[in-house]
Amino acid sequence: MSAKNLKEVSTEYMLFKAEREEQFMTGSEAVREAIRRSNIDMSIVYPITPQSESSHLVGDLYAEGYVKEYLRGENEFAVMSEVAGGAMAGIRMFTATCGPGTLRAFENFPMWSGARLPIVIAFMTRAINAPLSIQPDNIEMSMLLDTGMIMLHAENAQEFYDMLLMSFSVAERTSVHIPVGVFVDGFFVTHTRQKVKVVIEDVKLQGYDPAMSPTPTIDMETPPFRYMKDPFVMKSNYVSYAAHASWQQECMASIERARPYIKALMGDFIERENPGAPIQIVASGTAVSQSRAAIKMAESEGIEVGLVKIKSIRPFPAEEVKKALATAQKIIVPEFNRVGWLAREVASVIPNNDRMVKGPRVFGGMTMPPDVIVKAIKGDTRCGV
Amino acid sequence: MSKKTLSIRMSGLGGQGAVTAAHIIGSAAVIDGKNATVNPFFGAEKRLAPAESYVRISDEVIYDTGEILYPDIIMVFHPDVILSGKSYTMPFFAGLQQNGTIIVNSDFPFAFTEDEQAELDALNAKVYFLQATLLAREIGGTDLATNIAMIGALVGVTKVVSMDAVEEALKERFGGAAKFVASATTAVLDDAIKAKYAKAEKLIEANMKVLTAVSAQAESLVAA
Repeated sequence: MSAKNLKEVSTEYMLFKAEREEQFMTGSEAVREAIRRSNIDMSIVYPITPQSESSHLVGDLYAEGYVKEYLRGENEFAVMSEVAGGAMAGIRMFTATCGPGTLRAFENFPMWSGARLPIVIAFMTRAINAPLSIQPDNIEMSMLLDTGMIMLHAENAQEFYDMLLMSFSVAERTSVHIPVGVFVDGFFVTHTRQKVKVVIEDVKLQGYDPAMSPTPTIDMETPPFRYMKDPFVMKSNYVSYAAHASWQQECMASIERARPYIKALMGDFIERENPGAPIQIVASGTAVSQSRAAIKMAESEGIEVGLVKIKSIRPFPAEEVKKALATAQKIIVPEFNRVGWLAREVASVIPNNDRMVKGPRVFGGMTMPPDVIVKAIKGDTRCGV
Repeated sequence: MSKKTLSIRMSGLGGQGAVTAAHIIGSAAVIDGKNATVNPFFGAEKRLAPAESYVRISDEVIYDTGEILYPDIIMVFHPDVILSGKSYTMPFFAGLQQNGTIIVNSDFPFAFTEDEQAELDALNAKVYFLQATLLAREIGGTDLATNIAMIGALVGVTKVVSMDAVEEALKERFGGAAKFVASATTAVLDDAIKAKYAKAEKLIEANMKVLTAVSAQAESLVAA
């Protein structure tokens, strides 16, 4: 296998037709395998646990010739600004961060969306200080909900791999052209070795075509790139206010326009187990895996429990979730964070919120024993709010 | 946790190779045609600080992830885990399932406290003391093979993975064909152990000798 002789293929071919082999690897290694096939022009990163390993591995891909340019930025704010620069110049960018790194870089994320930059970023979520913790916790997702990026939440390394591979094609559609964040619960996915089916054919995704961008790419020789050089804020009048408002609405609309493209590559926005059961668990990310284990335990005790797994957080599958929970009598939302952002999202789209158990919640680093979810199923009021 | 999943918790000191041992056992289980997941305790690694790793092995799909709270098997890589409380889980057998197995590496067997022994008796736990470090030094020529000796102990006591699969997994991990990405401190230890042998094959050969010897000793303990 050589980086030089890879044949360019469509995302559909890569996901559904290319020959795969099952390998035993960590989630970080799954990132390397996805990026190997993604025809990345440039990756800029700054290491932060638990993201460091995958970024190191992307660096190895640069050494092997699979990624054209790679550098370590000064810090996360610099990295996300530099990644924006690359995307504005019309090249395919990839980066990754987590937790405190996400927050340090934060100003850039709404800017990416507003500047219509199709950057793909992996978030290996981590607890937010203080107290200092490097452990898994996905509270940063609640902070990113309204930054204008598409947010996909992978359950395991396999889904992480597939979601990364599909994201470039979604992000780069002319009618979408906004950033895609692919999220996993740090450590639980990044540091766990598991079976992953990866593409072994000598193929890579088709390259990014900047001519498909809805905004002009920066070219110092060829104006205009006025939306950054000569911003509306310099003119305080109704035209500039209206321009800002309509532009922001356009970014929100582009998330919605991504739905069919996401669905074609990822399948339905939700996945279900036991749809008829009166008790339903709603979860995303690693909480789904813990819920699946809990459902098996409950089943062995004769209690049937259903699952609604949410794969896309932005756009949020409001109609699908509402329909899936129409007849549920009890709805349990286990989460790996303190605030219960998924429970809030679910509560905002379904009637009769008194059916909900907003928990159990584990945050700050521990795993969520399936036994605790089983307790919630059985009505232990300590397992939710 | 599904009863059909075998859960192994390994407690040791940073640098003893508990994470590498978990990796090799997990790989061996996959080579044997089973499902396995492997993960370390999620934290910053430090030499001689408590270190923990976890392996789940099953014929079915494994969903539950993260640290193992209710293990079937506990492997203790250093007596300090028990005697000095160098452990994330206190007591060291917290969460052990009924009829569980404990394998302790120690140069000499030692008594647990009265309370600990009473709890272990109530759990009907089987405890095996093995001189993994001593045998690693005598047969493998280095303390760094302690983790390999512990894998031998596990195979001897439980037969959870086959010896052939362990050898295959060792080749994958140390053979040099597949590039393994280790953390900085693990990479240093990898270099240290590889420097002891002229070739990767010699390292694997020495490791297999340690494995076979400890496994045989463990088997005789079980038989007794």
